[in-house]
Amino acid sequence: MPSFVIQEKCDGCKGGDKTACMYICPNDLMVLDPNAMKAYNQEPDQCWECFSCVKICPTQAIEVRGYADFVPLGSSIMPMMGTEDVMWTCKFRNGVVKRFKFPIRTTPEGAANAYDSLKGKNLDSELLSTEEADGYAIPRPQALV
Amino acid sequence: MALPNKPLGELKAVKDPAVEEREVDILIVGGGMAACGAAFEIKKWAGDKKILLCDKAAMERSGAVAQGLSAINTYIGDNTPDDYVRMVRNDLMGIVREDLIFDLGCHVDDSVHLFEEWGLPIWKKNAEGKNLDGKKGQAMGTLKAGATPVRTGKWQIMINGESYKRVVAEAAKKALGDDNILERVFIVKLLLDANVKNQIAGAVGFSVRENKVYVIKCKTMMVACGGAVNIYQPRSVGEGKGRAWYPVWNSGSTYTLCMQVGAELSMMENRFTPARFKDGYGPVGAWFLLFKAKTLNGLGENFAASEAAKKELERYAPYGTAAITPTCLRNHLMLFEMKEGRGPIIMDTVTALATLGQTMDKKELKHLESEAWEDFLDMTCGQANLWCAQNCEPEKKNSEVMPTEPYLLGSHSGCCGLWASGPDFDWVPDAYKIKARNGKVYNRMTTVEGLFTAGDGVGCSGHKFSSGSHAEGRMAAKQMARYARDFADFTPTLKQSTQELVDIAYKPVRTFLEFSNYTTAVDINPNYIKPNGMMYRLMKAGHEYGAGTATFYMTSSKCLEILMDLLATMREDCTKLAAGDLHELMRAWEIQHRIWTLEAHIRHIQFRKETRYPGFYYQADYPGQDDENWFCFTNSKYDYDADKWECFKRDYIKIIP
Repeated sequence: MPSFVIQEKCDGCKGGDKTACMYICPNDLMVLDPNAMKAYNQEPDQCWECFSCVKICPTQAIEVRGYADFVPLGSSIMPMMGTEDVMWTCKFRNGVVKRFKFPIRTTPEGAANAYDSLKGKNLDSELLSTEEADGYAIPRPQALV
Repeated sequence: MALPNKPLGELKAVKDPAVEEREVDILIVGGGMAACGAAFEIKKWAGDKKILLCDKAAMERSGAVAQGLSAINTYIGDNTPDDYVRMVRNDLMGIVREDLIFDLGCHVDDSVHLFEEWGLPIWKKNAEGKNLDGKKGQAMGTLKAGATPVRTGKWQIMINGESYKRVVAEAAKKALGDDNILERVFIVKLLLDANVKNQIAGAVGFSVRENKVYVIKCKTMMVACGGAVNIYQPRSVGEGKGRAWYPVWNSGSTYTLCMQVGAELSMMENRFTPARFKDGYGPVGAWFLLFKAKTLNGLGENFAASEAAKKELERYAPYGTAAITPTCLRNHLMLFEMKEGRGPIIMDTVTALATLGQTMDKKELKHLESEAWEDFLDMTCGQANLWCAQNCEPEKKNSEVMPTEPYLLGSHSGCCGLWASGPDFDWVPDAYKIKARNGKVYNRMTTVEGLFTAGDGVGCSGHKFSSGSHAEGRMAAKQMARYARDFADFTPTLKQSTQELVDIAYKPVRTFLEFSNYTTAVDINPNYIKPNGMMYRLMKAGHEYGAGTATFYMTSSKCLEILMDLLATMREDCTKLAAGDLHELMRAWEIQHRIWTLEAHIRHIQFRKETRYPGFYYQADYPGQDDENWFCFTNSKYDYDADKWECFKRDYIKIIP
């Protein structure tokens, strides 16, 4: 189900600090043609259809067309990312449309606590840093207790 | 005038790349769940040390969780690590490292608690037993504080996991610091120390964004680059071969990088051929466990509940007769139906949803439908689109289920990987402990000193999944910190010169530049082979001889012999791989990693003269299980000096009754 880029909508992220789809694609598929200033999927048969490029594109220029091998034409699924939810629009080949909204995170982006000030004490124990801080005791197999 | 012959990609490769040399104490190779765990944990213990992480993609969306997940498959909660060991042991037909599994079970929940704190929405049960997700779930309190998760099965909990990886990577990147992370750098070879025998000393890799080779020295290293995908011909061979069940970019690098420096492998014959919704490879777990759906054969029979199935499972007692049928045996029953002409296998979604609907009001039913779609949209978007394209609404139309092509991994329902040390507890047998030259045991260290692994890399201990891989990365990180402290005086020295390493990494580029103008079609040239061509060669060979889908996962001693010959030729021809651009250079190295991984897999299948995992693969010359001779680990080691392999047995030791 390879991603494709809509000519009219892609501006090559020229206003941004990086080409968003090229930055995010886990398989290094999305590339910018620097002359046309448009992105494209350089190896569609290695696309995992993970939608990472679709979700990150600032101009909604990227969509996905089902794999030619086995997906009939005429359907689409399209995510709209919010800060707390993702809204999916799923269009069936027969015209049925379903919309779903799912939570994606409960904290503001960037709020994850990295525990920067937490320093482990005993490097020779098997406790992880937060376990040590919590006073966790590692269990033994019950048969040996 | 010669016709211009241009590389395919936008980022052309040049003959002489820039070189950046780095020296750090601790190197993390990979960017998935295990590496994110290591990145989060490492500075808590090694704040004074130099640390570097290299990911061939962007951590925000790299690894197996890039797309998201709809569940966390390992959360111990009210269960015990002892029972966790029993479950994994039964699913993997008895032969597992109980020390590693128990140890993981002691730490995995701590990672899940962090995920929830960082912002991952985890479903909860309210007092009336109803499921609450997102912020409503959050309002029920945290798992750490004792809130009740929504279980589907004994070990799995439901989440709203679209942004799972983004949340986990965010904490990892903040903890490690951007200055200590190199994204889009692909490590292609590990390097041993010139002076200290069997000690890791560094790695070489290159950027897939600029013409630059990295030569990195380190005292200790963790390699966690996932499992191996597209080593076998997938069922879809056109565009659809990207729709692998496991992430298509997992190229077996974990196994190849480590085996090439002599790290011992274990249980590499084990593989995973998950039964999933046909072609889209959408998950079936929630359908079985949450929606209580049944699979039917082509005659509409619930074959898995039949007397014949019961009898067949009894042949594999005690595993087959346990309360939960092992994954491979569930496949085995399915394959039996298909081979007897009673296919296809159908997931009866219609009956399942109708049955659940009987006790629900309209609003609850709507939510149920939404849950079914979220299961796909959170982790296998393409399956949702396939349903849309097929006009398939699961309450109205059933869907076909099919076992996939084989995958190699150590974190899901599979257990191939590196032989790694268990923790240094008195209850862990000495045979499971790996000591460095100072006499100390380092948990999760491979048999190469200073070289650690986690997630898909640690063999003999499946069912870690995302949460367990994260926890294991953290465990390995602490041990690396310990190693770096204990060997503070060790200065890594490479055997090869920097120029030699650049020549190795950029060989496919040099080959391309030397010969590409000989012909008028850039991909067809008698002087070289492109990675894409080699990929098809590898897939075809495994497919036909190595128990691929072509033969319903059946192989034989003679087939394996032929395949080993084919693999030897492939390795020779890999010296003629050609890459015109940086993306293709990445592919050139990935295919080499895949070839080595498949070779290890096949060597192990050759060595283990039984069929331990019916449903995953069958050795026709040795059908059935042979506990007398093969109730043991099968290990192998590659000797790089002699270019020779050795396969041998290691004892299985039961710890948990």
